[in-house]
Amino acid sequence: MTAPDATVWAAVALAGVGTYALRASFLFLFEYLGTVPARVETALGMVPAAVLSALVVPAILAPDGTVVVAGNGRLVAGGAAALVAWYTENILATIVVGLAVLMGLGFL
Amino acid sequence: MSRREDFRAGLAATTPVMVGVVPFGLVAGAAAVGAGLSVLQAAALSVVVFAGASQLAMIELLGGDGALLVVVGTALIINSRLVMYSASLAPHFVEEDSRWRGLMAYVLTDQAFALAVTRYAEGMEGVTRRRWYFLGTAAPLWAVWQVCTVVGAVAGARVPAWLPLRFAVPLTFLALLVPAAAKNRATATAAVVGGGVATAGVALPFNLGLLAGALAGVAVGTGVAVWAGVGAPAEVPE
Repeated sequence: MTAPDATVWAAVALAGVGTYALRASFLFLFEYLGTVPARVETALGMVPAAVLSALVVPAILAPDGTVVVAGNGRLVAGGAAALVAWYTENILATIVVGLAVLMGLGFL
Repeated sequence: MSRREDFRAGLAATTPVMVGVVPFGLVAGAAAVGAGLSVLQAAALSVVVFAGASQLAMIELLGGDGALLVVVGTALIINSRLVMYSASLAPHFVEEDSRWRGLMAYVLTDQAFALAVTRYAEGMEGVTRRRWYFLGTAAPLWAVWQVCTVVGAVAGARVPAWLPLRFAVPLTFLALLVPAAAKNRATATAAVVGGGVATAGVALPFNLGLLAGALAGVAVGTGVAVWAGVGAPAEVPE
């Protein structure tokens, strides 16, 4: 059953305000905090690799909430797409190859 | 370079990313209506929250009559990574007018962050140039996201089942991940640990696996960077 309208609207408003605060945080606080310490900057340099991987790997290995290796078409498609990303660094080519391999496996 | 050229350069960098954003937006719209939200509510979610992964999680929870606190808490946990993006961008915009910063905060996304920070690391002098490049990447993503959500909500779940469009979302992130991870030993370690911990924690409630993976990846990657003396921070202009 879907949540009542009032809950939906409250969730939209609160998540919206909260998410904006997260986005705005350092863009506004930075000038009061001064320079970012070197160690923090090093840590921030790790953010893209760590966060993107935390988004990608479970989506490939465990799309339905449990880890599947044998017969996992997404694993094969993701591997092929990763190779394309490695050699071409082309986003469009990576997506097209990944989708094509996954669909190809579906027809086998 | 003029403002227009910097904006266009950002737009050009974003264009390939749209291939992942379009199906994601369509899915976000269709899923919202499928879960019992109105088209207006689906559109409001995209305009007000504007963060795809958290929107999909909220839709699932709201469709199951989830408690307000859980719905909002889940969204904020998933979106906590935006704090790290905000901190990464902040040094580039210290001298920026606060109204521009307010606008940039609103349109800040995974994709715009990744594209802009990558470009700034190659060197881009002047806050005005950086602003227009950022808006060139972020504003088109915002517009496409809004249009696609509405189209998805109106069209409903009429996407043919044989087209695995949802898979385009992780593929987009994968295309950004590979070069980000391949920079040095520290970033590679951050990726392995981040992905491993997030996968191990995939059954954790409230998407805590994503947050745990991100934090573990950053912590271990930073440790390797300090220990091995690699992964020096990207140059901050001026």
